[in-house]
Order: sequence, then C-alpha cells, then structure tokens
Amino acid sequence: MNLKLVVWRQAGPQDKGRAVTYEARDISEHMSFLEMLDVVNEGLLSKGEEPIAFDSDCREGICGMCSLVINGVAHGPERGTATCQLHMRKFKDGDTITIEPWKARAFPVVRDLTVDRSAFDRIVQAGGFVSVNTGNAPDANAVPVPKTVADLAMDAAQCIGCGACVAQCKNASAMLFVAAKVSHLALLPQGQPEKQRRVLDMVARMDSEGFGNCTNQYECEAVCPKSISSSFIARMNREYLAASAARQPERREEGGY
Amino acid sequence: MRLSLSSIVKKSIMAVTGLALCGFVLAHMAGNLQIFLGQDALNAYAAKLQHLGPFLWLMRIGLLVCFVAHIVTAALLTVENRLARPSPYLHQATVKATFASRTLPMTGLIVLGFLIYHLAHFTFKLTHPEHAHLSDALGRHDVYSMVVLSFREWPVSVAYVAAMVPLCLHLSHGAASLFQTLGLRHERYQPAIRCAARGFALLILAGNSSIPLAVLVGAVKLPGGA
Amino acid sequence: MPLPDAKIPSGPLEKKWDKHRFDLKLVNPANKRKYHVIVVGSGLAGASASATLAELGYRVTCLCFQDSPRRAHSIAAQGGINASKNYQNDGDSVYRLFYDTLKGGDFRAREANVYRLAQVSGAIIDQCVAQGVPFAREYGGYLANRSFGGAQVSRTFYARGQTGQQLLLGAYQALSRQISSGGVRMLVRSEMQDLVVEDGRAVGIVTRDLVSGKLASLSADAVVLASGGYSSVFYLSTNAVGCNVTAIHRAYRRGAYLANPCYTQIHPTCIPVNGDLQSKLTLMSESLRNDGRIWVPKAKGDRRAPADIPDAERDYYLERKYPSYGNLAPRDISSRSAKEACDDGRGVGEHGRGVYLDFSEAIRRLGRATIAERYGNLFEMYERITGEDPYQVPMRIYPAAHYTMGGLWVDYNLMSNVPGLFVIGEANFSDHGANRLGASALMQGLADGYFILPYTIGDYLAQKKKASPAPEAPVFRDVERESSERLGRLLEAKGRTPSDVFHRQLGKLLWDKCGMARNARGLKEALAEIPRLRERFWKEVSVPGTGESYNRALEKAGRVADYLEFAELLCQDALHRDESCGGHFREEHQTEDGEAKRNDEAFSYVAAWEYKGVGAPAALHREPLVFENVKPGQRSYK
Repeated sequence: MNLKLVVWRQAGPQDKGRAVTYEARDISEHMSFLEMLDVVNEGLLSKGEEPIAFDSDCREGICGMCSLVINGVAHGPERGTATCQLHMRKFKDGDTITIEPWKARAFPVVRDLTVDRSAFDRIVQAGGFVSVNTGNAPDANAVPVPKTVADLAMDAAQCIGCGACVAQCKNASAMLFVAAKVSHLALLPQGQPEKQRRVLDMVARMDSEGFGNCTNQYECEAVCPKSISSSFIARMNREYLAASAARQPERREEGGY
Repeated sequence: MRLSLSSIVKKSIMAVTGLALCGFVLAHMAGNLQIFLGQDALNAYAAKLQHLGPFLWLMRIGLLVCFVAHIVTAALLTVENRLARPSPYLHQATVKATFASRTLPMTGLIVLGFLIYHLAHFTFKLTHPEHAHLSDALGRHDVYSMVVLSFREWPVSVAYVAAMVPLCLHLSHGAASLFQTLGLRHERYQPAIRCAARGFALLILAGNSSIPLAVLVGAVKLPGGA
Repeated sequence: MPLPDAKIPSGPLEKKWDKHRFDLKLVNPANKRKYHVIVVGSGLAGASASATLAELGYRVTCLCFQDSPRRAHSIAAQGGINASKNYQNDGDSVYRLFYDTLKGGDFRAREANVYRLAQVSGAIIDQCVAQGVPFAREYGGYLANRSFGGAQVSRTFYARGQTGQQLLLGAYQALSRQISSGGVRMLVRSEMQDLVVEDGRAVGIVTRDLVSGKLASLSADAVVLASGGYSSVFYLSTNAVGCNVTAIHRAYRRGAYLANPCYTQIHPTCIPVNGDLQSKLTLMSESLRNDGRIWVPKAKGDRRAPADIPDAERDYYLERKYPSYGNLAPRDISSRSAKEACDDGRGVGEHGRGVYLDFSEAIRRLGRATIAERYGNLFEMYERITGEDPYQVPMRIYPAAHYTMGGLWVDYNLMSNVPGLFVIGEANFSDHGANRLGASALMQGLADGYFILPYTIGDYLAQKKKASPAPEAPVFRDVERESSERLGRLLEAKGRTPSDVFHRQLGKLLWDKCGMARNARGLKEALAEIPRLRERFWKEVSVPGTGESYNRALEKAGRVADYLEFAELLCQDALHRDESCGGHFREEHQTEDGEAKRNDEAFSYVAAWEYKGVGAPAALHREPLVFENVKPGQRSYK
C-alpha cells in the first residue's frame, strides 16, 4: 500500500518544529508501524538526508520506549497495544497518517518524534521504591500475600512507563503513571512502612514537573498499552488524602556515634 | 502559578465544593417545585427562608464560599492544564472521553453566566423591577406571582430551560467524577455511581425545566386563574 | 599475555564460596566513598550492581543508551526465574539446580561458578519479594512455582508472562532510590565508546552523550560492563533493536579476552520472518509446545492451505524422529529440525521459512475454552502480529537467535584479565556453558549484581595501590581522540547505503553459515565474506548530519561497525571448536539421532580469544575445565 505521512520534525527543544509530508511506498500490511518508518528512513538515508528520529527498542510492547501519537491517538488506533506492535493492516491504501511526538511541557522534545521522559524517572526517585538494602530481606515466604492482592498489585505494576497516558490526556496529566506505582506498592505488605511518605512525595514531584491535573476523562486508560485501570487513580487519591490527614511529623534522627 | 496546594488537594476542593453545590441545586429545586402546590405554599416557604436570620446568612456565606472556591480552583486548574501542553496536536482526537467531560469548562462558564442572570432576575430583581414589590394577601413577598409573570415571557422561559441543558451535562460528569477524585470508587459500585450521577443530572434538568414550561403552557397560573 | 588464574577456591564444592568470601579483602566502610565505580548498562545485572554498590557506600556512575534505566532488554524476559528454594517439596536442592544447569550447558561451564549461582539463587527471590515484586501466588498467599524448560522440579518463580519486567523494575527502583540519595549518578542516552587502560589496568571509559554528541572521559577505580549479549549480530533476533556488542567489543580491542563467542542460543518458537524489512522477531512462550503439534507438508513446495492437506500428507517430524519426547524435544533439537525441514523445501508461509504449530487436535480434544484459558494471551499476541487467528489456522513458527552464552572472559571474581574491568550478566561468559536453561538468565544477572560482584569488587579495590588518572590525563585524551576520529570516519564516508542494509547482510550471512547448524566449509566462506562486507561498509555507509547532535544514524553505524569486526571472531571460534556442544552444533559432529556429539578429550576447555588487530586472527588461550564432582555425560531425548 502507499501512504501519505505527515510527520512532526523538530531539530531540538528550542526549535519551533514543523510538519513535513513524506510518501511511504510499497508498504506491506504485515509490517509493523515502526518498520514502515524504518523504510521511510532508509529512503531518506539513501538520499543522504537525516532520518526521522523516533524512539524504539524492544519492539515487543514491553520496554515502553516507543512513543508516537498517530492521528491524534497515543500509540495509534489499536487498543492495549504499543506503537511497536501496531501493524499496517490497521490502515488502508491511500491513507494520510499524522505522526506526532508526545506533547507535554514535562516531556520536552529531544528531536523530531523523540521526547525526554526523565520526569517519570524523577517521580520514581522521589519515592517509588521500597527501601530495602540488598541482603536485608527475610525469607520470601515469610509474609503471605493474598492471591487477589498480589494479582491486583501486578495489574498496576505492569505499567511500562511509556507516557501514553500523559500524551493522550488533554491536560498532560501523569496521574495514571503515578497511581500505578503508588497502588502497586501500597497494596503489598512490603510497601506499607513507607506508604504515606511515598504517595505524598511522588505526587509533590509529579506536580513540580509540570504535568497537568486529572479531569477524570479516562483517556489515559483507553490508550494504555497495558490497559491499566483508572481505578488506581481513585486509589491513589484515597491514599493521598488519608496520608495528608494522618501523616506524623518526621523526627530528626539523633546523632549516632 | 501553582499554589502550594497539590493537584490532588485542588481536585478535592473541586469535588467537595461540587458535592455541596449539588446538594444546593437539589434543595433549591425541591423548594421551587412547591410552585406546583400553589401560591400559598411557595410564598410561605420563601417567607420561612427569609426569617431564618443569621442561619440564612450562614448558608449564604457557605454557598458563596463554595461557589467562589469551585470557580477559582477551576480557573487555576484550567490554567495549569493549558500550561501543561503548550502546543496542541495538529491532529486532535479522543478515544473515550464523554461529551459532558470534554465540555465541562464550557458548561461551567455557561452555568456561571446563567447564575448571574438568575441572581439579577430573582434575587436582585434588576431585570424585571416591575415584579419586585408584589405581595400576597398575607402581606408576604409574592414569589409565586413574580415567577409566573416572569415565565410568561417566552424568551425568559426559553433561556431558563436552555441553561438547564449545560447544567445537566456539567452535573452528569461532575457528580460521578467527585467519587473518583475523593477516592470513593469500587469496581462493584462504579456502574451504579455512573448511573446515579446521570439520573441526578436528568432529574435536575427535568425538575427545573418543568417550572417555566408549566407556566408557558398555562398549567401554572396566577392566583385567581388569570 | 597468558590467561590469568581463574581464582577458583580450593576445597569442597559447597564450601568454596564461603571460604572465598572470607578470604576476600574488605574495604573499610569509611573508605568506600573514596572509590568510584562505573557500571555500563542498567539491565538486571547493571541496575542491581549499581544499587547494591551504592548501598555499600561506593560512588557509582551508571550509564545506559536508552532514555531511562528501566528500558533495558532484561525487561522482555517472559518465563521466570529459577531458584532452589524447594518450596514445592519436590526434591529440589542447591545441588540439583547446580547439576541441571551444568548438564544443560553441556558441561562447558565451571563447576564452582555454577554451584555458587545455585547457592545464591534463593536469596534473589527473598530480595525481590522484599522490593515488592508481585510474583504469582497461590490462594494461601504463598509463592507459586512452575516447571520450566524440561526441569523435573518446579523451581521457577514468575510474574504472569512478565517476570523480567517485574524483576527489572525492582532493580530499577532500588537504583532510583540510590540516584535520589546521591549514591549513583545516572547517565541516560549515553553510550560507552571505549575502555581506557593504563599500565594494564582499567581506569575509566570514554562515553558519548547521544543527545549532544559530546564525548566525555570518566575516570574510575573500577569499570563494570553489564551491557548484555550480542544476539543482534544476526540482525533478526528476539533482542531489542538497540542491543549491541560495542561495550564488550571495545574492551576486547583493549586487551580483554572474549570467551566462547560461538555459544549462541536459538529459540525454537518465534513468529517467523515476514518480509525483508522486518526488524525484530517476537518470541512465543515455549509452553505452546505442550499442546501444539508441529508439522510440515510431506511434499516439497506444497502450497495448499493447511486445512486442505490431509493428515496422511503431513509430516509430524518431531513425533516421527523423537517418539518419546515428540513435540517437547529440547530447544536446539527442535530448532534444527525446523531448519532441516525448511532447507528441504517443505517450509510453510509466504517465504517458506516456517513450520506449523497446530492446535486443531488439542481444540477438538480439550475444547476451545480450555485452550483459550491456557494460551489465550499468546494467541492474542500472535493474531495482533500476524493477523491470523490461531484458533482457525495453525500458527507458523520458526527459530530465532535469542541469547548468547559467550562473552568476556572473567575469573571467579567476575573480573576480566584486565585488572579493574569486571563483567557481569549476559556480557560475561561464565555460568551457562554451551547452552542456557530456561529461566536461568534472570537468575544469573541478579546473582552477579546483588550477591557476587559487590563482594568481589572490594577485593580488587582494597588492594589497589595507585589512584586512577584524572579525566584530563593524556591517557584519556588519547582514547577520546581515537573515538572522535572513528566517528569522523563514519561521517566522512558520505555513502548512500544505510547501515541497516549492511547489518541485514551480515545477519543473513551469519544466520546461514554460523546459525543453528555450522560446518567448516560455511564458516570459512563467512570468514572470507565478512572482511569484504566490512570494507564496503566503510566506503558506502550513509551517515548524514554531524557528530555534535542527536544523530541516530551515527549511533547505529557505530554499532554495525563493531558487529562487522566481532562477527569474524564469532566465526573463528565456531570454526576452531571442532565438536558439537549445546548451542554450537557442527554438522560434522552428530550422533545418528542428530544429537550434538561432544569431544571432551579435545575441547573440554574455555576458549578465550585475544585481539590481534582488525582482520587478523585472534590468539587462543585455553582454560581447561576441571570436573571434580560431576562426570560429564551425553544427552539423549530419543
């Protein structure tokens, strides 16, 4: 099939950026969307032009690196699928496809379709972990975890950190991403000791990164490649409000030696 | 721009004030529907409200605080949300966002506009000063006649009914949304909450619209049947 | 330089690691922050090592080429992680896990290393659970296990089909905690360009910031490579498109020995190639072979739809050749049989490189609902990728390159022959011998990073006398200049051929001549062809843009350039190892049943190769494998 691509090109974060039209010719319907872009790029390279920069790595929907807004929808028209597992059979010969990067103040464009998602890393660094040094752990079966709880924690934990939730939200809100991590750890007994501090610190970091606010439209869960439920956002709100109300002031540790 | 309040606290302010305003809208409607019980019932109800004294002022201040907090926080959130995506997509699309949720700020603004008109009309009596000083046989302020006379003018009635549609949309999203924001969500009850929110919004639409429509079609008449 | 001593502790097998830990020199807690360690890579091994070293008090710099440490390819591991917990009370033990791993590796690994791996396996599970990894559980709340890869005990812990993801996120979170407390400096979108060696010791690296294009020198007291394997030398593999050999190849060029590069693993159940421009092969869980029947048409070039081919005209070749194991024959046998059928012209699908994995009989026998319950998510994934409904038409599968057992040579301390250079995870050669068992890769990566390297690195640092030079020192300037010149040569080639084209040609050549089955003639042909391809590459490659910007074409070309050198070593090792063992199958050496025939007399050693220049044959160093506890035997799956 032959397609017309309207692709966002931007030299760097300071550049204003513009849409450039390319032709993609003789595309097989079996190709993945990214392979289709590979073909376009090889064409550009054989003309000595710079290829379209886009992120991708595992190409099997788990690393969370690929990040394209296709015709206005993060990861394109297929639900529960990352861009790398979207195949061209979802499109028709002669289609015009608009391809844009994630757009959010907190995700500045690095180049073309590549964005900087380090804000997500900083949110996790703010508290998205259990403070356990290597070697500290008791036997793995020392604390039983009900199967239903473990399953629910896994539902949240499978977030791939791609940022589609932010890209699709009209407010560029990161609530689904943060909620998934907060919920995963708040559900498990291992996450209890730091439960209050975690949710307060992660939300504070999320706010300071410049993400927008949630308006409960649930576009995030609709485009999430792992179909993570927006019910985790409600859970985080609950955790946050409870932690705000109940948090004990932290005591300074007395000097050691 | 960002106040020291976190996004979740601001959202909670929206939810709590929204809940209070839902309560007000419901109570207000219930009071107004007494028009169908006749002049005496409605005027007595209005007089009772007027004689609540300090309690009335407490309610008024509370209501005002809710309104102002709801509107100011909404404005803040909207500005922050706009800033969070400085350049929009060339191709815009949504997947599952409802019409009501997408138009929430717009319906809010329309409702605010209507509210100002409504206050000017019935509270400050600026639009129809000729109805301001009616009184009934017991010497009470004749709210009943004021309402009927106003709604007999079809542009006024149409404006009132038309304003109830955005209010309904606003409520249908907001009433369900506040449960999510306050963390009161459980998958088992989620469909029920969504249904109840829509039902509530439709109830308000039907109840509030029934008054001007009833006057217009002549089902509610002036005392003495005029 | 001769191969240094592997430092295997003396004494009984089960006491070796304890004894060794006691003998290791310690670094005083107050002194730890004086030492700076660089970790290249943020996968299971790199992230767990970085976090643990920082917890101990070392200053750590960790780098990855992706935009976040959470993206490393460990994330794609599906099946699970082995540990000899014996929670199922089914007779598992440290010794059994040790023996299974050694036997699975066709007796081409060190006893002491493998035993230590089995010993620490249990602590890994404890650590991960404490981090909040949501492993699968039984209704009682205790951990669930399954059997995997033909093991006769259930020792595999798993988190749905995303075990690698959950373990990596656990390590990533531990790493994030250290980043926020200042123990680790994280450099993302950064690629190691070269290793810096002074007086025979590793003293730092030169990196390139992929966004700004700037080269920078990082000085350190020790360098840890955790950069993964080199399966994507075959171009098409189950590895991520960014996976590369650059870090270990650069270290090899600086004097580190590369061991057993010919030990590569092919996974039998992947979705077949569909067109010349495919970039990636997707793995389908091996568990599918429990209920699916593998077949091809009996007649060559039979292009009929599968449903139109009557049973009598189908060849269920695994059931025919291996009546007792049938469709469950081990990975290497199953992969090679598929290749044979396709080479014979009986392959199916558009390009004739595939075999059917047919569920129609299982659906008739068990009902669609049961099959959906067992494999629903896999069937869905297959349909998403191929557009075919496996409930209606048989799946098509084909083997694909998947994991590499070879890597940089390391001693028992995981240190290479270059003092100060440590290598962990898939990047080293150590524990899997000639073939890796399912669910063992995750175990090894985390064992190295959490429980082995953090002890052994201290022994080197405690004895390190001389401080490493500053990044401004001439030794760093020289390496930086060399890196810059190399990038300059790529930019100046001004050709018109994308580097992917060369990578694809190299991949096809290796897949044909040095893939699932190898022979001397093919390997010699490959060795003749690779230099020609390399020469063309440097003349014709198209790398537009500049070195001072975010330049994906330059990044990619640098990696392909390294693969074009490394491929020669791969073939040289495969040619030299004139026996079949594990993932290395030489057609000249097979039993009548088509099983790998080892030659323990001549080849029971680790082949460690020393760099002698581009295009020049590498020099071989042998480390004999000594089996004190286990007697190597021959596998049979008839």
